[in-house]
Amino acid sequence: MDQHNATGQVDAREVGIRFPSGTLALHGLNMQVASGEFVSLVGPSGCGKSTFLRLVAGLLEPTEGRLTVGGMDPDETGRPTLGCGFVFKSSTVLPWRTVVDNVALPMELEGVGVAERRARAMEWLERVGLTGFAEAWPASLSEGMRIRVSMARALVGGPTILLMDDPFSATDDITRAGLQEELLRLRGEFGFAVLFSTQSVPEAVFLSDRVAVLSELPGRILGEVAVDLGKRRDPDLRGEATFASKVREVVHLLARAQP
Amino acid sequence: MMGWLSRGILPTLLLLACLAVVWEALARALEASSLVLAAPSAILAEAWTHASEIVYSGLSTLVSALAGFTASLVVGTGAAVLMAWGFWSRANRFPRAILLKVVPVVVAAPLITIWSGAGVSGPWGASFLLGVFPVFHCAAIGLSRVDPDLLGMFSFHNASRWQILARLRVPHAVPMVVAGAKVSAGLAVVGSIAWELVAGCAARVPGLGCLIWQSFARSHTELLFACVGASTLLGLGVFLGVESVARLVLARLEDPARRF
Repeated sequence: MDQHNATGQVDAREVGIRFPSGTLALHGLNMQVASGEFVSLVGPSGCGKSTFLRLVAGLLEPTEGRLTVGGMDPDETGRPTLGCGFVFKSSTVLPWRTVVDNVALPMELEGVGVAERRARAMEWLERVGLTGFAEAWPASLSEGMRIRVSMARALVGGPTILLMDDPFSATDDITRAGLQEELLRLRGEFGFAVLFSTQSVPEAVFLSDRVAVLSELPGRILGEVAVDLGKRRDPDLRGEATFASKVREVVHLLARAQP
Repeated sequence: MMGWLSRGILPTLLLLACLAVVWEALARALEASSLVLAAPSAILAEAWTHASEIVYSGLSTLVSALAGFTASLVVGTGAAVLMAWGFWSRANRFPRAILLKVVPVVVAAPLITIWSGAGVSGPWGASFLLGVFPVFHCAAIGLSRVDPDLLGMFSFHNASRWQILARLRVPHAVPMVVAGAKVSAGLAVVGSIAWELVAGCAARVPGLGCLIWQSFARSHTELLFACVGASTLLGLGVFLGVESVARLVLARLEDPARRF
């Protein structure tokens, strides 16, 4: 995989954004994500988690502060898509394309040849356990499978950081647990960093090396909790006292975000 | 196929047959004048006598309806695509497009006749006028109301405007265009007939509207009923034809779950 040699993937210093409507969505936000690190953002609904992910993705430009991604300034390099993958809140699978064509879409937009993009898409479908569904229409898939397609599409370019905007929110508990383990397995295999937004504190603690809590609008980092529970995250971890303690720590911080 | 026949066509035919029997019985029992209530048997006999005239007029109406429908499909979709590309803004588009919708074809028919003369362009011009707005409106909605996350995903991958149009907006709009085309197909037949009812038999090749108008002027009620029946069958035929083509197109282009 084509890895960047930057020491940090995301470096946000005093970042803020004011929308044309006048709403100040983020203000004075400081955050760093190191290579290979898994960081989750939690906070009240509408606090700017998705907005921050869109800033990192280069879909929005900060109106305050400085933000670099993979050591590059999005202002100078355009969108840092070479080093990023993005899994949106909705699965964003195109219903008029088969599964394999959905996964191959980023390469198609870049002008990669049919044979190569299909071969690489098939590799990633195998990695997410969807080989048998390559020619299926998305409507015939479950929501969990559609999210797997989105993950394969986000990872097919070999990103060094994966941005995920509350991707599992529409799934049931069992599917969600399966997707979380799938994500950890892929991250363990390929070593990409993850910046993950979620409404679920247990999900954030289970997945992350670090959980950052955002304040209400305008969003800023209220505090961070290091989740020093080791790299291997067994499903049984959810029943352990250390896990519950970390969840409580994040919940206490979150309580400060909602006066 | 048999299932579709038994579910769709057969019950309808049965209902129509029952209505015809009741109608025939009423016409005979009341001994009503054929001017007021022509019996189905008399209508069928008249239709048989004038079969060649009805078929000839029907074909003329069919040709002009298909020409108007094709023009409305091309112009309506084309205008919506140009708007999606940014040739003009939505704010400018709607008032002008709605003008097309609100001009009643019965009012425009004499004008079309004056401009087009007694050629074939009158009926299909009316079909076009009636049919273009549904196609344009549906295509415009399909092209513009794309999920913001999908647009974000394309922007994230640095897709060009052309790629966003060709790979996202147009495929997204296909089911809506098909839905608009189905509405437009029915209106195309109505437009062609309505034009002749208002403008008279000005077209070089008279259609069903002209035959209806002549039957009415001569108080030829049986033929009038036969023409109304032929017009209904023609409208149904055009709609089913467009429906079949739409099914073929959608089956080749996309997921069956998105069909309207």
